[in-house]
Amino acid sequence: MVGRMIEAENLTVRFGNLEAVKSVSFQVEEGTCFGLVGESGSGKSTLLRALAGLNPDWSGRLRIAGDNLAPHRSKAFFRRVQMVFQDPYGSLHPRQTIDRILSEPLIVHKFGDIDARIRRGLDEVSLPASVRFRYPHQLSGGQRQRVAIARALIAEPEVLLLDEPTSALDVSVQAEILNLLGDLRVARGLTYLMVGHNLAVVTHLCQRIAVMQQGVIVETLSANDLRSGNVTHPHTAGLRQLSLELTEAC
Amino acid sequence: MTVKVRNLRVTFPLPQGAVEAVKGVSLDLGREKVGIVGESGSGKSLTARSILKLLPKQARMTADELTFDGIDVLKAGETAMRRIRGHRAGLIMQDPKYSLNPVMSAGGQIAEAWRAHRGGSRKEAMEAAIDLLAQVQIRDPMRVANSYPHELSGGMGQRVMIAMMLAPGPELLIADEPTSALDATVQAEIMRLIEDLVSRRGMGLVLISHDLPLVSHFCDRVLVMYAGRIVEELRASEFGKAQHPYTRGLLECLPSLTHPTDRLKGMRRDPSWLAG
Amino acid sequence: MADAHSTPAHTTVPRRDWLLSDAPASRRQAAWGKAYRMWLQFRANHLAMTGLVTVVLLIVVALAAPLLATHDPAVINLGNRLQPPSAENWLGTDDLGRDLYSRVLYGARVTLGMVVAVVLLVAPIGLVVGIVAGYAGGIIDRILMRVTDIFLAFPRLVLALAFVAALRPGVTSAVIAIALTAWPPLARLARSETLTVRRSDYISAVKLTGASPARIVVRHIAPVCIPSMIVRVSLDISGIILTAAGLGFLGMGAQPPMPEWGTMIATTSGFILDQWWVPTIPGVAILVASLAFNLLGDGLRDVLDPKQE
Repeated sequence: MVGRMIEAENLTVRFGNLEAVKSVSFQVEEGTCFGLVGESGSGKSTLLRALAGLNPDWSGRLRIAGDNLAPHRSKAFFRRVQMVFQDPYGSLHPRQTIDRILSEPLIVHKFGDIDARIRRGLDEVSLPASVRFRYPHQLSGGQRQRVAIARALIAEPEVLLLDEPTSALDVSVQAEILNLLGDLRVARGLTYLMVGHNLAVVTHLCQRIAVMQQGVIVETLSANDLRSGNVTHPHTAGLRQLSLELTEAC
Repeated sequence: MTVKVRNLRVTFPLPQGAVEAVKGVSLDLGREKVGIVGESGSGKSLTARSILKLLPKQARMTADELTFDGIDVLKAGETAMRRIRGHRAGLIMQDPKYSLNPVMSAGGQIAEAWRAHRGGSRKEAMEAAIDLLAQVQIRDPMRVANSYPHELSGGMGQRVMIAMMLAPGPELLIADEPTSALDATVQAEIMRLIEDLVSRRGMGLVLISHDLPLVSHFCDRVLVMYAGRIVEELRASEFGKAQHPYTRGLLECLPSLTHPTDRLKGMRRDPSWLAG
Repeated sequence: MADAHSTPAHTTVPRRDWLLSDAPASRRQAAWGKAYRMWLQFRANHLAMTGLVTVVLLIVVALAAPLLATHDPAVINLGNRLQPPSAENWLGTDDLGRDLYSRVLYGARVTLGMVVAVVLLVAPIGLVVGIVAGYAGGIIDRILMRVTDIFLAFPRLVLALAFVAALRPGVTSAVIAIALTAWPPLARLARSETLTVRRSDYISAVKLTGASPARIVVRHIAPVCIPSMIVRVSLDISGIILTAAGLGFLGMGAQPPMPEWGTMIATTSGFILDQWWVPTIPGVAILVASLAFNLLGDGLRDVLDPKQE
């Protein structure tokens, strides 16, 4: 049974007096990956944070699996929706061991078998058991991002919000993380909402893509249309042309 | 202007023993565009900064030869190095936020860089600064000259940084990940600007980046570094013919817009690459 | 590996390896390993170690004063007043013929007792006010910070003097007076730390687990603020010692005959020209104690404060 997992209707998000996202609407089908691309300041990250409940100053309608969301989210929401941040150096608590970081969601949501779940969680993101009691500064950037993914998945959510999850990583590590995210989506039937500025990265993971410019979605299209150049809005065409020039140079 | 480097080594003494970050790098630079590509920790930044002797305090640097236009950098003192840095060679860093003085207007900073190397009156320097801002294709140079760094966007800040580095009319420009904090559109604009300025002024360019396609697009020659060594040197047009498995790995693990794959190729690192 | 751990820990080498292990096998090992690394770093700093050793000595002296003292600090012997150091009175005697060495030892009890009392009062208040203001923001932040500003506006000694003058001079009033002036800087520090931490991605990530605000503050934000609080408090202690001595000197703190260092200087200051050692000896004690805490605080900052790393 495939339904709509994420729905946004006339969503407007404010930053003080500034409307960072202006009346945006989109739907994400269950088990698919939806990409939001745009330049910095286009409002794509703001939209994601509002959806995650990190910015309560929004209006319009947001639904997860048909349930309307209120500005302040319930605990049940956070079991369902999790997020992976852009910077793996800033998203892990510097004074907590990996074990502590991973057990936190389990304690909050009152899971029983914490020990076994942490071991399984590390295994799932291909991290050796030896990292469990290390501190984040003892890990590489790629390992940290794996920990962040493990933390997001440990309470078994249905939706994963990805905020440029690979843009701070080396290209070879980026490939590993993208493969991991792709595998996990299939294995767990997860729904992804991914924000990014690199078209090749976003189209690699997503089936549908929305292009944002100055707080507005200017075009929503399938990954295949974007690849083949079947685009209507000049901004999309411009981003695509640039990506072809700069990332396919060799 | 030529730079000659032979068997450069940079080591960091740590309590657990010394760690060698650059392991015997040799290269020659002229008035050309050279890219140094590698992952974080490959030693690409340290290699380029060694030319200007701008290494972290605890780093130890040795080389059989390291000259900047005939000047022995290894033996040069701080005074001699200051005549090279800024004056004959400029360095553009990743984040203009940290390289610009937050309490001085953009124009003031450029004017100061100009005066430090050419002298002249305050007024002349300010006019030169505005001219430089126009050269880095800022549409309203007067307004930007009077702005403070926090009032500028990332791309604008990087343009100011470039204008500042151009002020003394250097012969070599070292750009250390100049665009990795910027959007694709701005990235392209800044890179085109650098390319244009370099060829118009006949400067040498060293572009350090982890972004292989970007480097190959804007440079004539590319050095690929891995774990402190140069593992391959290529003409930018010949990337298809890359020999070293690491270089090929770097190309193959990139997702492509036009050639989609279900899984990206991972990098299988061979311990023999470390042997050099 | 496993064998090394199961061997009895009385040989020092395996224990060191266990502590410095790159891949700790339990929460306990990770925590001890981190503490041991900090200790190694602290130990390498000679000035900080000097401070630590002196502070420990001061505490031992204060606790063991009855055992170490050669005389009863309160016994007056007017026939033996203002004596220079001798075999009988190691540091001489004061204007009432009391043994100075014994009085300085007992004085350490009074001074350190006041320090402990002030710290116990001030650190929790500063931490709670600062973190609550920083995390809650808005109107709560404004009210708490304006109150803090009011206390900050008064010079420390003046506010303490006014407060003690309004109450009855004595150790308790002095402690309360010093505490009143010592908590605002700590609250400011805790607030500014909280403000930076609150916006970080790792706290956003904790919010996304659905944790309650109380849990976020207590389990995730406070642990980041506490190290810099410890540093600040230990640096502040030298100031507390000086204020306590200052109040004593002005007759507003500990009252004679209590052997408090500041009071001791005050009652004998008239003899500075003829019997210089009498007021100088408690002065040296004040200097040593405040310097020791200062060095200790500096050393702790190098180890604990992440911004210095």
